Amino acid sequence: MATHSFMRLFRGTPAEEGQGVRPPSQNKQRLTRRSSGMAELARILRSEETLCVLDIGSTSATNIRYLTDLGHKPYSEDLLDASTDPSLMVRDEQGQTALDSKRFLSENLIYPAAQFDVVMCWNLADYMDESLVKPVVARLWSALKPGGALLAFFHTQEAGVDAPCYRYHIVSPDTLEMQHIEARHDLRKGPASATQNATPAGFRLQRVFNNRHIENLFRDFSSIKFFLTRDNVREVLVVR
Amino acid sequence: METPKSAEVAHIGRSVFIKGELSGSEDLYVDGQVEGKIELKDNSLTVGPNGQLRANVNAKNVSVHGKLEGNVRASERIELTKSAVLIGDIFAQRIAIEDGAYFKGKVDIQREAPHSTPQPAAKSEPAGVSGNGPEQVKSTVTPPAATASSGAGPALGGGKTPVTELKKF
Repeated sequence: MATHSFMRLFRGTPAEEGQGVRPPSQNKQRLTRRSSGMAELARILRSEETLCVLDIGSTSATNIRYLTDLGHKPYSEDLLDASTDPSLMVRDEQGQTALDSKRFLSENLIYPAAQFDVVMCWNLADYMDESLVKPVVARLWSALKPGGALLAFFHTQEAGVDAPCYRYHIVSPDTLEMQHIEARHDLRKGPASATQNATPAGFRLQRVFNNRHIENLFRDFSSIKFFLTRDNVREVLVVR
Repeated sequence: METPKSAEVAHIGRSVFIKGELSGSEDLYVDGQVEGKIELKDNSLTVGPNGQLRANVNAKNVSVHGKLEGNVRASERIELTKSAVLIGDIFAQRIAIEDGAYFKGKVDIQREAPHSTPQPAAKSEPAGVSGNGPEQVKSTVTPPAATASSGAGPALGGGKTPVTELKKF
């Protein structure tokens, strides 16, 4: 399938894994960027109190502080990290290693329907295993209230295969701080945490979505708004 | 992390496994495994780096260096250090999350109830309700490592911000 192969454009092979290694200084550096998508979302966050907000990026104390200061109830669930649990890797019918997406979905994103007013998806779709992307978006649609908003970022092709995976911290309504995410080796997952989309240096870009792919991904949502930026990232705000 | 030396602190060592309900009126340090429930109310719980708890916790202060699965209710403060893994909901007045901590769950900041000084009844607010009065307690979520490098990097991105080029290929 053409779309399928296009989606695999940036999927690496084990031989390419070493390419993702970055100097430690780059890993620790934080960058700031203006975000029109975040600014739009912040207007929603500031217009109402006690919203239920789901952040599915890496745990960010800054985001939790920002949201609790506004009187909201933040939920945090690091889906990308959860998807690298080695125990999720199984052999498929052809004997190939594949991610057990059914088990992943039975253990993650377990929320009642229409629970959230806002979901912050960040750049998850670009780095997550392909088998999870559509089911996760479908699950998020279900978890959002009608009228609820979701913010997502997508790299453009110009970003390149080595585009680093960032954790996003909300430092002001229209400014985000980006921190390079390194793969964790913690007691939750044991010593061997690397899977297809993660290396010790961080997560690797899995694919590039063009506008049509993004519209298709969010076709069940009622509206979609694109924000173009100068750093090879498309910001997308969708409303259920 | 250094093991606390104080005699006031009860220890559960790394080889100990407890299943059931733990309650007490002294601080508790757990570096072993506990499954069930921990009730300390006016005292603090520390989960050591080897600690693995599958329990609901109710304490004054909770500090997590290891793994905790369960809901955590602290009348004052919850701290997640960089090695912490917490899967469950947090209810506390203040929380501190270090960079690198893993947290999956809900954060519910419990606003401190106004002190019971004689005041006209109309001015008092129940805990957890935000308002503009002088009694309002702001939630404090402190990322210890976040401030050092905050804003240190070059600006990137959209809008009108000056752009520093991303890596070329």
